[in-house]
Amino acid sequence: MTDQPVDATGAIPAGRRAVLGRLRNLRVSRLSLRTRVLLMFSLGTLLLALFLSAAAYSFTRSSLVNQRTTAAAAEAALHASIVRNELRSQPLDASGALDRLSALAVDNPVVLYRGTWAVGSRFGRDQIPDALVERITVDGRAARMVTSLDGDPYVVVGIPLADVSASYFELFSLTDIEDTLRSVALSLFFAGLITTMFGLLLGWLVAARAVRPLGEAAQAAQLIAGGRLDTRLDVTDDPDLRLLAESFNDMASALQARVEKDARFASDVSHELRSPLMTLAASAEVLQSRRAEMPERAQVALDLMVSDIARFQGLVEDLLEISRFDAGAVRLHREDLGVAEFVRQAVAVSSRPETPIEVSPRGERLVIEGDRRRLARVVANLIDNARLHGGGDAQVFVNEVEPDSDTEAVSLVHIAVEDCGPGVPPDERGLIFERFSRGAVAGRRSSTDGAGLGLALVDEHIRLHGGRVWVADRLDGEPGARFVIELPAEEIS
Amino acid sequence: MGTRILAVEDDERIRAAVKLALEDEGWTVDEAGSGEDAIDMFARAAPDVVLIDIMLPGIDGFELCRTLRRHSDVPIVIVTARNDTHDVVAGLEAGADDYLTKPFAPKELSARIRALLRRVRPISAGHARLVFGNLEIVPDEGKVMRDGVELHLTKTEFRLLCELAQNPGRVFSRESLLDKVWGYDYFGDGRLVDVHIRRLRTKVESDPANPRHVVTVRGLGYRLQS
Repeated sequence: MTDQPVDATGAIPAGRRAVLGRLRNLRVSRLSLRTRVLLMFSLGTLLLALFLSAAAYSFTRSSLVNQRTTAAAAEAALHASIVRNELRSQPLDASGALDRLSALAVDNPVVLYRGTWAVGSRFGRDQIPDALVERITVDGRAARMVTSLDGDPYVVVGIPLADVSASYFELFSLTDIEDTLRSVALSLFFAGLITTMFGLLLGWLVAARAVRPLGEAAQAAQLIAGGRLDTRLDVTDDPDLRLLAESFNDMASALQARVEKDARFASDVSHELRSPLMTLAASAEVLQSRRAEMPERAQVALDLMVSDIARFQGLVEDLLEISRFDAGAVRLHREDLGVAEFVRQAVAVSSRPETPIEVSPRGERLVIEGDRRRLARVVANLIDNARLHGGGDAQVFVNEVEPDSDTEAVSLVHIAVEDCGPGVPPDERGLIFERFSRGAVAGRRSSTDGAGLGLALVDEHIRLHGGRVWVADRLDGEPGARFVIELPAEEIS
Repeated sequence: MGTRILAVEDDERIRAAVKLALEDEGWTVDEAGSGEDAIDMFARAAPDVVLIDIMLPGIDGFELCRTLRRHSDVPIVIVTARNDTHDVVAGLEAGADDYLTKPFAPKELSARIRALLRRVRPISAGHARLVFGNLEIVPDEGKVMRDGVELHLTKTEFRLLCELAQNPGRVFSRESLLDKVWGYDYFGDGRLVDVHIRRLRTKVESDPANPRHVVTVRGLGYRLQS
């Protein structure tokens, strides 16, 4: 007796059944859809090939045997009539008849004459099935039977010769049929093998086709995750796939609408803030032109106001800009720019126009394809960043990235801004390009100014230009951060 | 007589602040809150520069620009709310000489106005009259004639033409034209030049689609030839 509770059906207890079911599910689902389809197809073709081969084999066999036995019966009937004639002319015994047959090269004749068995070869009474003998001698009707002698198939034909009170038997070998059947079986085996292989191939194709929509969906999902929110799946005629495609597209549309709404909200807010900010800035400027006439305390207050209005305006502009990126509304006005000339001009209009610039000899000949004003913002933001967080004097470097081999042309340029600040710890180097990345990062990069979107915008701009930006240690080993922009460039001769 | 500026802006707070800031430059500022007011005020005050916000109720900024252009070559600065390519180009096509994007610092605005007010420098003595085929320029008198018929060019178009005429055959890059005509640095907007060249061609060329005088040099800029 088991101590497990037995349920009403008396079968396996419910708990264990559930576990078994789970196990079964686990085993099936562990195979991929592709493998399962492939497996099913191969198995199906294999079974089909087996069935067809077996059917073809047995049909061939029966028709061959049939043909052979019919022929054997006709031959035996002929020999039987010879035996009858011989027995009529020499009714003493059957040896004369057997001699006559052996003269005709009849292989295995056996004659039962007046209760005596006369044998023409190594086969005799013992090799003839009793059922056949009985059938001939008792029922008096011709019959034939397939039997196996010493492992070889034979057909035994029996013909009653009642008028001479004898029975004629003859054994015909079927080994030649066996040979034929063996070669048939061999061809069927190869045909089955080929069919199964074909099934495997077909299964592979079908499986690939079955999972293709999944692959497409995965690719589309990846594109959406990467920011291409307008990605959609093609809606096909297949009702099953259409359901997938349509619900996927609905999801993508909903997501896009949601993201656009968020981006629009940020954009609307910044937009609404601009007008009052402009009034504030213009009024502050009017006050500033009268700064000298003000008492000292009012001057301090005015300076605070002016600098924070500027900061506020910068933030609103950055917010507006980044919401344009989010909405995918940023278009670049690309043109060919000489990197060295461009960087010099960009630094000249930045907040630190006196920042030294070092350009490598090959760097002088590099041209990038970029949006001049957006890239100038990038350089200005990095110089601002160095000024606010770096401390001390920054320096700008422009140099080519050495190609892997001498034969390759220069295809990348680095524009780097180095500062003399505390640098950025390795674990914060990715975070620093996040929006409003304050927290631990800002805690160390001590400043109340300029936190926010500057570096995030640098990242967005550079990515739109097909480049990268990162922060590293200074190359000369001194403390300080090195912000590097990498852009595709071309060397002109 | 001092410089008069007409500021057309529907947000009265911005208008007031801009007025204060521009008056600090020593200019007289007239205000208009709508396109209709602006047309009225333009006739009475005869301003030297007009500042137009594109987003106006009623007659919008583009329409106002075109209306003023029909009667006058007064320098016009448009203000667009967005850094919208379409708005900027449409405003320049409507006849504006320069543009600013909101929010702008009053200092930036006065710098643009000063650039527009700058007189055309006399090219040089002895070059009182420049002839390019059927085109004739008299810099000192601010006159341009095509086949002997005087053309009406705005001040900016005239300055652009004179700049090109100063060195006939030489190619001027967009940047150098921006610097010389509009007073912009390296980061000025090349579209300013392109739109003004287009407008200049409709006036000085017999067939503006196939310009003979003001020629584009692909990838480099523009040049003037006979």
